[in-house]
Amino acid sequence: MNISVSSLERRINHGICGEGPIATEEYFINMGPQHPSTHGVLRLLLKLDGETVREVIPVLGYIHRGIEKMGEKAGYRQFVHLSDRIDYLSSLMNNWAVSMVIEKAANIELNDRIQTVRTILAELQRIQSHQLWWGVLGMDLGAFTPFLYGFRDREKLSDVLEKTIGARLTMNYIQPGGLMFDIDSDFVKDVKLFMDYFKPKLAEYETLVSENIIIKERLRGIGVLDAKSAVSLGTTGPVLRASGVMYDLRKSEPYGMYAKTAFEVPVGQSGDSLDRYLVRIVEMRQSLRIVEQLIDNIPDGKYFVMKPAVKIKPPEGAYYSHVETARGILGVFMVSDGKGSKPYRIHLRTPNFNNLWAVTAIAPGWRIADLVAIVSSLDLVVPDIDR
Amino acid sequence: MSNVWQAKSMVQRASEALTVSPLEALMYLVISLVLSLVFVALLGLGLVYLERKIAAHFQCRLGPMRVGWHGILQTLADGLKLLLKEDHIPAGADRFLHIVAPVLCMLGTLLAIAVLPLSPVVQVADLSIGVLYIAAVSGFGVLGILLGGWSSNNKWSLLGAMRAGAQIISYELSATLALLVVVVFSGTMRLSAIVESQAAGWWIWRAHGIGLVAFVIFLIASTAEINRTPFDLAEGESELTGGFHTEYSGMRWAVFFLSEFINMFIISAMAATLFLGGWMPLHIGAGQNVFNSVMDMVPTWVWFAGKSGFIIFLLMWFRWTFPRLRVDQLMRLEWKFLLPIGFVNLFAAAAAVLTGFYFFPGG
Amino acid sequence: MDASELISTVTTIRPGISQREKCNRPSVVIESVNLLDIMWSLQSREDLGFDMLLSHTAVDWIDEGWFELVYLLYSTKHGHYLMVSTFIPRESPVIATVSPIWKIAEWQEREVYDMFGVLYEDHPDLRRIFLDDDWEGFPLRKDYKDDFMLERPE
Repeated sequence: MNISVSSLERRINHGICGEGPIATEEYFINMGPQHPSTHGVLRLLLKLDGETVREVIPVLGYIHRGIEKMGEKAGYRQFVHLSDRIDYLSSLMNNWAVSMVIEKAANIELNDRIQTVRTILAELQRIQSHQLWWGVLGMDLGAFTPFLYGFRDREKLSDVLEKTIGARLTMNYIQPGGLMFDIDSDFVKDVKLFMDYFKPKLAEYETLVSENIIIKERLRGIGVLDAKSAVSLGTTGPVLRASGVMYDLRKSEPYGMYAKTAFEVPVGQSGDSLDRYLVRIVEMRQSLRIVEQLIDNIPDGKYFVMKPAVKIKPPEGAYYSHVETARGILGVFMVSDGKGSKPYRIHLRTPNFNNLWAVTAIAPGWRIADLVAIVSSLDLVVPDIDR
Repeated sequence: MSNVWQAKSMVQRASEALTVSPLEALMYLVISLVLSLVFVALLGLGLVYLERKIAAHFQCRLGPMRVGWHGILQTLADGLKLLLKEDHIPAGADRFLHIVAPVLCMLGTLLAIAVLPLSPVVQVADLSIGVLYIAAVSGFGVLGILLGGWSSNNKWSLLGAMRAGAQIISYELSATLALLVVVVFSGTMRLSAIVESQAAGWWIWRAHGIGLVAFVIFLIASTAEINRTPFDLAEGESELTGGFHTEYSGMRWAVFFLSEFINMFIISAMAATLFLGGWMPLHIGAGQNVFNSVMDMVPTWVWFAGKSGFIIFLLMWFRWTFPRLRVDQLMRLEWKFLLPIGFVNLFAAAAAVLTGFYFFPGG
Repeated sequence: MDASELISTVTTIRPGISQREKCNRPSVVIESVNLLDIMWSLQSREDLGFDMLLSHTAVDWIDEGWFELVYLLYSTKHGHYLMVSTFIPRESPVIATVSPIWKIAEWQEREVYDMFGVLYEDHPDLRRIFLDDDWEGFPLRKDYKDDFMLERPE
C-alpha cells in the first residue's frame, strides 16, 4: 500500500546503487536527444561498464505536443490531420485508424472502391516506411550506401503518391467517410511502373545488405526477445512477429480488402535482431503481392459516401478500433458524449510507445554498438512515442 | 657537383653539397621541407575531392558540382571555411593536450612522407632502415588519437579514443609482419633498394602465394591502422557522433581529417612500393622487347602515382560498401586470424628464401 | 470465444462485474478494490488467457466526479479482446498497479499518472513520463489551465 512519486534523479541513483555497493567502474553516459542513431529526439541514459550496457533508461517528452488534448478541441474530421503527425512514416495508416473508429461509431457504410484504394495505399506506405528503415539500419551499422539506395527508391514511390495525394510525408488523405478526393487517372499505371522498378531492387537489397557477412554478424543473436517477454511487454508488429508470436490484424481481424487478398505474414523464430530485419524484408515482398492483386481491380464508385461538410455526430459511448501499421498496432480509443462534434476523449494506443520498452529488457548485457543495432531493428519513430 | 645530381635523395644531395658549401646543403634541406609541405597540402586537397566524387558515384549521385568545373575547387572552399571557423576548447578540457593532439597526428604523417620513393630521383631521405622507420613513426598517430579523445572531457570521445588505441596497436603487429615478408625476400630495409629489387618482377607475384597473402594482410591491417571503414569504430559516426574528434572544430579538426587522408596515401604508397614495384615499370621477360620498351616510355612517377591511386581507390571502395565491425569482432579478426596467418606466412617466406624456391624461372 | 460468451464468462469471475453498455467491443465494469484479483484471474485462467495488455488509459468524467480507468486486454491464444473499466473518485485517485501481471503496465500507468494524476499503489517507479519532474498540474484533466493554452475561437 505504498504510493511514492519518484524522480529521474532517484531513478538514476537507484540504477547506480541498485544491486549492492557502488561499483566504481560503472558510469552513466547520455545518448542524448541529439544523436545520429536514436531516430529522433529520444534520450537514452546508459549505465555502462566499459563498453557493456548494464541498464537503459529512456527519457521521453522531447516531442510531446499534447495531441490527445488537441483532439478534444479539434473536431472528429480535424483529428485526422493530427494523426498524420504521430508516426509520420505510416501516416496513411494512421488516418485510416482514426477514420475507422469514427465510421464504426457513427455507422457510416463504405463502398468497395474506398476500401480497395485504402488497402492499396496502406500497403504502398508500408513499403515506403520499410525502405526508409532499411536505409537507416545500414547507416547505423556503418554502411552508408544503403541509405541512399533506399531513399532513391523511396523517392520513386513518393512521386507516385504525391501525384494522387499531393503530399510526400503527412498524407492526410483518408478521412471518415472515404477519401479527400479521387485518385489520379495515372495512379494505376504509375503504381505498376513502380512495382516493376522495385522488384529487382528488392533483390539487390538482399544481396547488398542481407547477405553481407558483416551485417549478419552484427545482427545475429543480438538482443534476443523471447515470445513471453514480447507479449508481456506489449510489443506488436514486426517486433512481436520476429519473436515467434503470430499476431497480425490483417489476418486476425481483416479490415479493408485484406480478407479478399492472398498474402503471407512472416513469423520469426529466435527473436534476435536478424529475425526482426528479415521479417520486414519479407513484409515488403508480401506488400508488393497485395498491391499486385488489387491494383487492376479497383471498382468504380464514389470516393466519399456522405454529403460534403456534414457534421459527424457519433452516438454516446466508447469505441475502439485499430489497424496494423508498419510498426505495429495503432489503436484509437474514442469516447463520445453524444453532444457535440468533438470527441470527449480520444486516446492513441501507439505501437512505438509499447515497442520502446523492449529495449530496457533486451539491451542489458550487450555493447554500445549492439545497442545501436537493437534500437535500429526495433524501428522506432519518436513522435509516435511521445505524441 | 656531379655527385649531387646522381644522388638519390635530397638528404644525400645535401650531404654531398655539404662538402662544398654549407649554404647549398641548407638550401636543399629547406627546398625539400617546403616541397613536402606543398605536396602534402595539394595531395590532401586532391584526395578529399576524389573521395567525395567516388562516394557520390557509388551512391548514385553526383557529388560536388558547383564550385569550379565539376566541383574541383570544393576542397579549397571547405579549407577556407575551416580556417575561419571558431576554434573552441571545451570547458574542463586539458588545454595543452587538446592543442597538441592534432599536431602529433600530423607529425607522424609528415615524418612518414619523408621516406617514400616517388621516383628514382625524388625522395627526401633514403634511410637504410626505411621500413622500420615507417612502422615506428606511425605510433605518433596513435598518441594523437588517444590524447585527443582523453583531453576533450567527454565520455564519448574517451570511448572512441580507447577503441582506437586498442585497434591500432593490435593491427600494427599484422601490418609489420606483412612488411617483414618483403624485407625477407628483398634482403634490405632500404626502400629504394626494395623498389630496385623488383626490377625482375613485383613481389606480389614473384614471391608466389606468400607475397599475395602478405599483400592482403597488409591491406586489411592498414585499413584498420588508419581508422577507415570497415574499421572506423574509433570515429564511428553513427554511434559515437564523432568519437575522438567530437570536440574539435575548425582548423584543428581539419588537421585530424587531413592526417587521415594522408595516412591513406602513405599506406597506398607503401603497398605500391613493397608489393607492386613502386616506380618500376611492368616488365615481362628479362631482355629488351617491344612490350618492355613501351612500358619504359611511361615516366616512373606516373607508374608510382597509378599504383598508389589504384590502392587508394580500393580503400575508398571498401569504405562505401562495407558496414562497420564491432570492437570485439575486430579484435578477434586480428588476434585469431590475421596474426597466426601472418606468422605462418613469415616462416614460409624465410623458408622460401633459404631454399631459393621463389624466383620465376628465368628471373 | 465470441463476445456474448466472453461477457457471460467474465461476469461470473466475481460478483460486482457488470457489462458496460454503449461500447463497440465486449466491455465490463468492475469495482476498483477488486482490480488486482480480477486482473490476475483474467490473465491466468486457461479459457480466458489475457496475456497482453494492449492499452491502458483514463477518461475524466468531471461532471460526475469520476476517473474511468480503461484496460484493453487481448489473448494471443484465443484471439479475443476485453475492455475493463473501473471508476475511481477524482478527489483521491488511487488504484492498484497491474505491473506485476503485464510488464508494459509500468509505463502505461506512468503516462496516466503524468496526464491525469492517478496514483498507483506499489508502483516500481512512479514518475512523470513526458513532462518534467517538477511540472505542476495534470494536462488531460478537463479543468487544467496554464499560461500556454490558447482557446480556439468558436
